[in-house]
Amino acid sequence: MNAPAPLLSIRDLKVHFSIASESPLPWKAPRLLKAVDGVSFDIFAGETLGIVGESGCGKSTLARAMLNLIPISGGSIVWQGQEMYGASAQAWQDIRKSVQMIFQDPLASLNPRMTVGQIIAEPLQTHFPQMSKHDVMHKVRAMMVKVGLTEQQINRYPHEFSGGQCQRIGIARALVLEPKLIICDEPVSALDVSIQAQIINLLMELQAQMGLALVFIAHDLAVVKHISQRVMVMYLGRSMEIATKQAIYQHPSHPYTQALLSAIPLPDPRRERNKTLQLLPGDLPSPMDPPSGCGFRTRCPRAIAACALHRPELRALSADTQIACDVVGVNT
Amino acid sequence: MLKLKEIDDMVAGRSLWSDARRRFMRNRAAVISLCLLLLIAGACVIGPWVLPHAFDSADWDAMSIGPSMKNAHFWGTDEAGRDLLVRCLIGGRISLTVGLLATLASVSLGIAWGAIAGFLGGKVDAVMMRIVDMMYAIPYLLIAILLVTILGREFYLVVITITVFSWMDMARVVRGQTLSLRSMEYVEAARAMGVSTRRIIFAHIVPNLLGVVVIYTTVTVPGVILTESVLSFLGLGIQEPMTSWGVLVQDGAKVMEVSPWILLFPAGLLSVTLYCFNFIGDGLRDALDPKER
Amino acid sequence: MALLEVNDLNVQFATPDGVVTAVNGISFALERGQTLGIVGESGSGKSQAVLAVMGLLANNGSASGQALFDGQDLLSLPASALNQIRGNRVAMIFQDPMTSLNPYLTVERQMTEVLEFHKGLTHSQARLRAVQALDAVKIPEAAKRISRYPHEFSGGMRQRVMIAMALLCEPDVLIADEPTTALDVTVQAQIIALLRDLQRDHGTAIVMITHDLGVVAGLCDEVMVLYGGRVMEQGSAEPIFYQPTHPYTVGLLGAVPRIEQGEQALVAIPGAPPNMARLPAGCPFSERCALVEPRCLNTRPALLAVADQSAVLRACHKSALEVRRYAKELSL
Repeated sequence: MNAPAPLLSIRDLKVHFSIASESPLPWKAPRLLKAVDGVSFDIFAGETLGIVGESGCGKSTLARAMLNLIPISGGSIVWQGQEMYGASAQAWQDIRKSVQMIFQDPLASLNPRMTVGQIIAEPLQTHFPQMSKHDVMHKVRAMMVKVGLTEQQINRYPHEFSGGQCQRIGIARALVLEPKLIICDEPVSALDVSIQAQIINLLMELQAQMGLALVFIAHDLAVVKHISQRVMVMYLGRSMEIATKQAIYQHPSHPYTQALLSAIPLPDPRRERNKTLQLLPGDLPSPMDPPSGCGFRTRCPRAIAACALHRPELRALSADTQIACDVVGVNT
Repeated sequence: MLKLKEIDDMVAGRSLWSDARRRFMRNRAAVISLCLLLLIAGACVIGPWVLPHAFDSADWDAMSIGPSMKNAHFWGTDEAGRDLLVRCLIGGRISLTVGLLATLASVSLGIAWGAIAGFLGGKVDAVMMRIVDMMYAIPYLLIAILLVTILGREFYLVVITITVFSWMDMARVVRGQTLSLRSMEYVEAARAMGVSTRRIIFAHIVPNLLGVVVIYTTVTVPGVILTESVLSFLGLGIQEPMTSWGVLVQDGAKVMEVSPWILLFPAGLLSVTLYCFNFIGDGLRDALDPKER
Repeated sequence: MALLEVNDLNVQFATPDGVVTAVNGISFALERGQTLGIVGESGSGKSQAVLAVMGLLANNGSASGQALFDGQDLLSLPASALNQIRGNRVAMIFQDPMTSLNPYLTVERQMTEVLEFHKGLTHSQARLRAVQALDAVKIPEAAKRISRYPHEFSGGMRQRVMIAMALLCEPDVLIADEPTTALDVTVQAQIIALLRDLQRDHGTAIVMITHDLGVVAGLCDEVMVLYGGRVMEQGSAEPIFYQPTHPYTVGLLGAVPRIEQGEQALVAIPGAPPNMARLPAGCPFSERCALVEPRCLNTRPALLAVADQSAVLRACHKSALEVRRYAKELSL
């Protein structure tokens, strides 16, 4: 039986920035910041892929590259069969109707001089300029109610709302075009815990109602696991593990995933104090100077000499897990 | 579902402009300056129609008299017997009009130049800013003298000359603000939505610049009025018998030892106007301060 | 006698919109070697309470009540006397390691300054102690790194430097204001483990302010839950985590996504964080409480001991039994 074709297919995506070299000599080659260094994954309609990682892992850069907000340096992005790397601005404009984004800072992502109604109407006016004002307002008001705002708030300005409400406005703006995929860049990190739960529940409800695919980026593995079906763990611009959420929790395979999971503080005093903590020694290497071979080897408890020589590719460890590691699961 | 006409009944939001207006109204110096300025402007417009004298008619009975009730010359007359008060008000019309027109033109040019340069960045930005630098390097007074000598002393030429040399400050300031606004998340959100570059500049960036623009405008107006006064003082401004504050000050300076009022009244009016603009500018800056939101 | 005893602390701010009460009647007693966790979201007043104790309130803030440290009331001490205690016997570390270290001074200079002022050491003696302190917080190559500038350290290392600075004079009390909120989760785990070790080795009492219940569970013996400037629930950690008796605590525990949780929805506390300028006359949480009654809005509940659990104090009109039943419905 054929598996359904993925909505978005990313292979070996690279985003490199060239940073001016420290030397004043003009012929010295600029240094390369490899923010994203060869990431591959698929997203299927209606599912949520969680992307988790710590600072410097490249997840935010990846999110922006997926929408061409940051130029891609290499690899391929295939949206519904169409290759987008190197595609024209018009081709990207077309897919923006189907792929939208929600941002981390709820208030900063809204233009302070525009009313809520204008903010939510903007995508419609951009992509459907011939739509009548009446229809636009109708859709805007319907969307506001859908995300939990009231219609009376349509003429208010962003600074009159709380953080959670601003994020609802951002969600309404992303959903008004009825896209197929929404990229959520840390949408709840800036919110209080009680409000986080509201927004996560809202996203899950809307996803079920509208059949959305979500890419949910966060640094909190527990939040990501709650909302996603599959999870990708990133480190230094590369993906370390992609697995279903049950696999990630029940048997995390990659040493980095294991360390990440054990580091999450549990709101449960007895378990938290008695758990064995896998502390990662050392510091995060600089993305401008990543370790040779496997990027994680400098802090990995299971690194062997061969890890420095060859960079591991993502391979299937089992039906629900892929990892990039030459040590785990390899029978020597 | 509410009907379209009921949208008017919706709660109007408390925009940042209305917040700023409230804060401005609390600043006494600024409010007083605004009232004074409106008073002066009103007097300049209405005064000459109400007062009994024309600005260019000579009163042979009352040549060079100081302020007196004789013949209703409240501020006295100059050596040609022309009523000083009316001349000051007519001069005010010219000075304020030139000031506002030249400011409007230079601000519009400056905003457009700076926003486009700042947003597009790269080579476009570099070229546009080098043009600004070149404009700064040109000695404006010499060019002004040249232009006026060649093309004549028409009203619109004075405005153009002043504009050409006043837009650069605004362009620089707007460019700087645009550079910082460009990396704001709502601009990124607009790009992610597919909004066109033109619309991003004019619907997202420019409205958020306006705070800084308004402040700089109130600083530009006195500069422009002074420039016009300087040109007039050098004999390059408005032609006789039309007058402006600069011309009046020049005339007054010639006879200041003998008939000081001929200098003092126009100079005083000019100074008060400039002070008013400064206080209003201060008030606006405080009112629009983002930290106060 | 308790080491630090705070009685009926109130903190008010004079704002253009009127007087805002940020902290309203909190009391606690901290014994030697004990850890107290102060938990709350935005507007709970948790940071302002400890800033008041340390005498670090903004100019328009005023504190009333008592903060007895070793018999002396910190709130009424003159600045000169307070300076003898601050940094020396009561130390504080802050949230953002990037802005709490002076970027223009080397780490050495910032650390020796503390020792020279409080302990009267000479520069070379102070330098030696400083290097030892950096070793204790596990900064590699401390002797070389001490002469570097703060920007040359990573976020996690800067926080360790802050901790080392705070512990230089071997204080009796360490106040930590959200020390790990800005850090990655693996780094956070390292810092929490470090604090635990240091507490065990030196017997320092710690006041930990955070919004993260997991961090509190791992470190704190006593917990105080704040909302809208008032204490909702206060007492030993275990009963509060396992049998919360306040609807807000129940809601908070339910809103945190847990890594081992099944498919159940997160408990979302409806509404938004409180507006400190306009609190209800009664319980500040009443507007969002699922168990609210009319009297909750009008009369403030007193902070009383739970009937069968004297180690816990709660401020709620509903009985502990009713709240436990509510918690069970949410399967907590």
